[in-house]
Amino acid sequence: MLEAKKIVESYSGRPLRVMEVCGTHTHEIFRLGIRKILPENLKLISGPGCPVCVTPVGYIDKAIQLALMENTIICTFGDLIRVPGTETSLAGARSKGAEIRTVYSPMDALALAKDQPEKQVIFLSVGFETTVPGACLAVKKAKKSGIKNFSILTANKTMPMAYNALHDSADAFLFPGHVSVITGTKLYEELREKGVSGVVAGFTAEEVLTALAVIVQESQKGKPFFRNCYPSVVKPDGNPLAMQVTAEIMEPCDSEWRGLGVIPQSGLKLRTEYQEYDADLRFNLPPTEGRGNPACRCGEILRGDCCPKDCPLFGKVCTPLHPVGACMVSGEGTCSAYYQYGEL
Amino acid sequence: MKQDTVTLAHGAGGAQTSELIDRVFKAHFANPDFTGDDAAVLSLSGKKMAFSTDGFIVSPFEFPGGNIGKLSICGTVNDLACMGAKPKYLSCAFVIEEGFPMDKLEEIAAAMEKTAAEAGVRIVAGDTKVAGKGQVDKIFITTSGVGEIMENANTSGTYAKPGDAIIVTGDVGRHGCTILLARDEFGIEAPDVDSDCAPLWGTVEEMFKTTSDIHVIRDATRGGVGTVLYEIAEQSKVGIKLDSKSVPVADGVKGVCGMLGLEPLYLACEGRLVVFAPAEVAPALVETLRKCPYSKNAAIIGEVIADQVGKVVMTTEIGAQTLLPRPGGELLPRIC
Repeated sequence: MLEAKKIVESYSGRPLRVMEVCGTHTHEIFRLGIRKILPENLKLISGPGCPVCVTPVGYIDKAIQLALMENTIICTFGDLIRVPGTETSLAGARSKGAEIRTVYSPMDALALAKDQPEKQVIFLSVGFETTVPGACLAVKKAKKSGIKNFSILTANKTMPMAYNALHDSADAFLFPGHVSVITGTKLYEELREKGVSGVVAGFTAEEVLTALAVIVQESQKGKPFFRNCYPSVVKPDGNPLAMQVTAEIMEPCDSEWRGLGVIPQSGLKLRTEYQEYDADLRFNLPPTEGRGNPACRCGEILRGDCCPKDCPLFGKVCTPLHPVGACMVSGEGTCSAYYQYGEL
Repeated sequence: MKQDTVTLAHGAGGAQTSELIDRVFKAHFANPDFTGDDAAVLSLSGKKMAFSTDGFIVSPFEFPGGNIGKLSICGTVNDLACMGAKPKYLSCAFVIEEGFPMDKLEEIAAAMEKTAAEAGVRIVAGDTKVAGKGQVDKIFITTSGVGEIMENANTSGTYAKPGDAIIVTGDVGRHGCTILLARDEFGIEAPDVDSDCAPLWGTVEEMFKTTSDIHVIRDATRGGVGTVLYEIAEQSKVGIKLDSKSVPVADGVKGVCGMLGLEPLYLACEGRLVVFAPAEVAPALVETLRKCPYSKNAAIIGEVIADQVGKVVMTTEIGAQTLLPRPGGELLPRIC
């Protein structure tokens, strides 16, 4: 680790922008203070890696509509509850009497649907390749067991097209360790062919520093590169079983990312034969045009175009206790990490 | 016939209330100062006294390493001990949900008896209420206690001084982690993780035998060690430098925290003290602590500095300096 740290600290080549696209990387990089040891010409940018942060305002508005309907129970991962929609958040809906439960797995939502057949149970399906298989399994099981009062509201995203969209924002990516466990590394070889460089990184101090050291060294060779620096768990083929269940239940679709707009084929939706479990269709939700606080700069922060301290709301009206933008909500959000680990 | 659950009649003040008190509480708490009168009559020594109270609503009420009864004694005993006070007398008030199993109540009372005996404290007054089904979650206990402050003890959260070493008396985050897993919401099993819940008067007594020069003792309960550090930094108007590598964390706790994205420094402890004392006496204190039963992993984790007032600056495992995040609003519900 010491050697990797030395390589990173003493980098003096051309200015290099490295983007991490995994919320856990963002959090660990801040927790370990890695940014504080970087030289001027090596910049880490926190990209769109936190699933809560990239979920658009319109999705939150739809979830709130569902929550406020009669006889519905919303099941969600905890972070989403406090993300502001156009008018209010799911927490606000809860204070008006909506029933909102935190779950740790989509299977918990399915079990709840089975227990309460008189209610409509809707799981808010956000997240990347890592969380999608769980939601797909729940839908598959619902269909098999004939559970009709269960559905999911999808805003799932996949990373491949996002790398292309973000290509100009970074010189190299710190590819996400967990997502890569599922997807494998073939994609990264293809990206290298297209000129996109990056390294798969784990999450310990040693793993992150080693990945950065490799990026620093490879970048000096002047051609696109890919290296797997997390080979203990990330295999070339990924997890075929997880990918198979995802492909069986869902198919790619265009998807809106907060701050990045619509990226073609970067989302997932239920296949036609499973559409009866799509909450959007089941409840015939009208299209929403979510509006965030116009002063909030989460979008630019997610693209790496500005830093939280450039935002007029940061740390003043927008804090982890009273978040205005999504990036301040989750512990993995860039603004939250800046705020928590702050300046000395 | 013995009833096997607590009923509303047990809380009505009549014959069945007396029967419950005789059968469960008197059986376990009997001592010369425990009487049937309206109040215990105690003689105080004329020394300075410490007085504290604490409510316990932990869910689940039994967990690896203890139960709500043990916790309710440790909580108040440890609060007194932090002021350098030898715990003398405790009162305990129970609110029990109708239908609560009598054998579980027995187990709780037995744990209280055992823990009180270990801490050398007498339970001298109590109260029992039974609430209707659904009005409380199984059982809540409130304990209050008085203790006699040792002559050579003078501790306060405002006494930390630049140059003090900061000692933690064992590995952190065990209780919070245990309760989290005991709720069975995550499907994670960690058989080697149990609560650190322990009465610490004996530990504090040994520390004061080693030196009188102890500035602050605080038990790291809700909010964990991280919250204590911020509290003391603010109360004493000093900065704190924390060496993250020195903070003892059990492997099981580390693993669970890694999986769930939690910081062990913010998980509750129920048997850990944070001690501030001059750097010169700290090694002797650590040596003493390591000989005591509940502080074998005691370690110096940081120092008090004059600048960075109100902040906890952490040296991370890669040697970078960063702020320890401030305690957040999202504490785990009902851990004590």
